[in-house]
Amino acid sequence: MDIYRAHVLVCGGTGCSSSGSATLIERFEQKIAENGLEKEVKVIRTGCFGLCEAGPVVIVYPDGTFYSRVKPENVDEIVTEHLLKGRKVEHLVYTDHATKEQNAEKALEDINFYKHQMRIALRNCGVIDPENIDEYLAMDGYRALEKALTSMTREEVIDEVLKSGLRGRGGAGFPTGKKWQFAYNSVSDQKFVACNADEGDPGAFMDRSILEGDPHAVIEAMAIAGYAIGASIGYIYVRAEYPIAVKRLQVAIGQAEEYGLLGDNILGTGFNFHLYIRLGAGAFVCGEETALMHSIEGKRGEPTTRPPFPAVKGLFEKPTMLNNVETYANIAQIILKGADWYSSIGTEKSKGTKVFALGGKINNTGLVEVPMGTTLRTVIYEVGGGCPNGKKFKAVQTGGPSGGCLPESLLDTPVDYDNLIAAGSMMGSGGMIVMDEDNCMVDIARFYLEFIVDESCGKCTPCRVGTKRMLEILNRIVEGKGEEGDIEKLEELATTIKSTALCGLGQTAPNPVLSTLRFFRDEYEAHIKEKRCPAHHCQKLLQYVITDKCRGCTACARVCPAGAITGEVKQQHVIDPKKCLKCGACMEKCRFGAIIKI
Amino acid sequence: MKSLAELEAIRKATLSRINVRTDEKGDTTRVVIGMATCGIAAGARPVMLSFMDEIQKRQLAHVTVSQTGCVGMCRLEPMVDVILPGKEKVTYVHVKPEMVPRIVAEHIVNGRPVEEYTIGAAENA
Ligand SMILES: Cc1cc2nc3c(=O)[nH]c(=O)nc-3n(C[C@H](O)[C@H](O)[C@H](O)COP(=O)(O)O)c2cc1C
Ligand code: SF4
Ligand code: SF4
Ligand code: SF4
Ligand code: FES
Ligand code: FES
Repeated sequence: MDIYRAHVLVCGGTGCSSSGSATLIERFEQKIAENGLEKEVKVIRTGCFGLCEAGPVVIVYPDGTFYSRVKPENVDEIVTEHLLKGRKVEHLVYTDHATKEQNAEKALEDINFYKHQMRIALRNCGVIDPENIDEYLAMDGYRALEKALTSMTREEVIDEVLKSGLRGRGGAGFPTGKKWQFAYNSVSDQKFVACNADEGDPGAFMDRSILEGDPHAVIEAMAIAGYAIGASIGYIYVRAEYPIAVKRLQVAIGQAEEYGLLGDNILGTGFNFHLYIRLGAGAFVCGEETALMHSIEGKRGEPTTRPPFPAVKGLFEKPTMLNNVETYANIAQIILKGADWYSSIGTEKSKGTKVFALGGKINNTGLVEVPMGTTLRTVIYEVGGGCPNGKKFKAVQTGGPSGGCLPESLLDTPVDYDNLIAAGSMMGSGGMIVMDEDNCMVDIARFYLEFIVDESCGKCTPCRVGTKRMLEILNRIVEGKGEEGDIEKLEELATTIKSTALCGLGQTAPNPVLSTLRFFRDEYEAHIKEKRCPAHHCQKLLQYVITDKCRGCTACARVCPAGAITGEVKQQHVIDPKKCLKCGACMEKCRFGAIIKI
Repeated sequence: MKSLAELEAIRKATLSRINVRTDEKGDTTRVVIGMATCGIAAGARPVMLSFMDEIQKRQLAHVTVSQTGCVGMCRLEPMVDVILPGKEKVTYVHVKPEMVPRIVAEHIVNGRPVEEYTIGAAENA
């Protein structure tokens, strides 16, 4: 085993790969060789570091210098300055948006983005090479499986998970230990464990990042679950749009088999566990547990009614225990460090940490893992660095298409399953999208509903027809054709759909509309009664006008594609609203800020 | 198929290799070598390579070798700082590759600085 004095970690997550990190790796290897450093410096491709917005990300150890937005042409400088002479390349060092501070000195922990985080599920992401099982082993990998198989009974394993207070991270928050217990109690000649890596919530990518950055954590946990409930076969259901995750899983499963950590007679204990990958076509409804199982069986991915619950009759009619990727990513740590340690983190009824995919109008988009109970304000302002360009925060959306939007007044809500529901939203799988003053809340609700209408499987009427009716109403409202009574109609439809839809998709589909109606009703009313969009977002409702700040420079008239602007040189210009296409080009062009939207 | 003992050996060996990236327990010894222009001219690179050799030979986990730029004392280069966890930094001056095995054996492994190589000894002389 060779020791290297410096390690160059290049992010190979989906975000950074799409901004060219593969070229960086090649370039680093080439330049390191040219400078004769190949025996001293090693280049490692890791999973996502979480700060994808600053990608491609490169971290140089042992000093932990965090370089962001590294381009291939910067590589020479990093090699000759930093790796050869030990001088950091200051102008490439990551700058915190909010504080404008550079982290030239020691490491990640000091960056605001990481300071408030606590990494359990993401502990190895961005730290190890996910395609090298030895590195996972070195970080205490497969020790939990060893411990469970050699020194714990099946009941003890389940008990530990139960006592830890871990709840499902896939959305519903069902206590994981209970689920394991139900499956354990089912008597059958064959049982299955399964992993839900469908991740259909738009804007969510925590599960993808875990699989890309630390696939063995999920594999180890599934083997432990198999031992606990008495299953010898496991399936990971992952969407085909995640090619990097799928490949790393394949590599990891192969390595675990080679080391005898998967397969027959694991660690000589007589326990057998085989793991298979199944690819999903990416329909949102296939993330629902019954639909997912039908899809693994090769049938149509449509939900069916429960009971029977999967723990009694799941895959191939056999007892099946399904958990989400992030749920699994906590298991090995719980077994190793104990339930008491885990349950000391978080709030009374929500233990541990939660990973969020921060997105929207926020400075630091990326993946963050915080203890349960951290307030929305801390996540958005401390970790996320607030809204960019000095815009005013308006709302935060959690829970994706099943969740809701919370206003400024609720920013001090501690994030956990129960508090988010009490506030009018939900945890969901962990998407967290920030909106600022330019976002129209009616249009946001419309966006999520449109997603639902596209993704509804059509099996039951309330969801298939009901959501479409709601969408039609919202479409009218944003076009300025809203009528008195529309809000009441929306509420009535929403209540009916919630109580009569067959599966979770339909049952939660009205939530984005209901929560925006609750907190931003005035925006709906402005659209309907005054035909006005307070955020100046809805095209059909806004008008461009020229104010008396106009100096008559004619720039706008020349750029207008519709010839809608007229006026003499040095005289105030006017826009003909009938001709205006609302493209916004004139507003961008005017150097005097004379054009406004009303 | 690996036995429990083999897995343990892999863990240990890999940890010493990837230790550079983690210092969770704060138990890492740092060897910092002055590598500005004068340091390199004075022969800092062979010194650094000898440190790496020694660490590799002894499979020392929890030791990292890094470089630093100009410290403004060209006449004492090559200079090496050794910082044991929780201890004051010890600075060695005019370090040559032949001196490295002793520094590693006595200071890094056994915790006793090699006084005669240190900056204190050089300044007093
Ligand atoms: C429409 C719909 C989509 C879902 N999508 C996902 C998903 O993408 N990933 C996921 O883990 N759970 C998803 N779920 C939740 C699963 O049905 C199931 O509760 C979960 O995978 C169980 O794992 P957990 O207990 O570890 O959370 C979805 C549920 C519904 C109703
Ligand atoms: S609620 Fe919607 S997605 Fe679920 S079964 Fe009914 S139609 Fe399909
Ligand atoms: S660009 Fe601005 S200042 Fe110039 S004519 Fe148009 S509105 Fe007036
Ligand atoms: S918004 Fe576009 S179409 Fe309308 S006046 Fe300005 S440039 Fe012309
Ligand atoms: S993909 Fe590189 S930091 Fe997320
Ligand atoms: S160049 Fe040698 S100490 Fe500054």
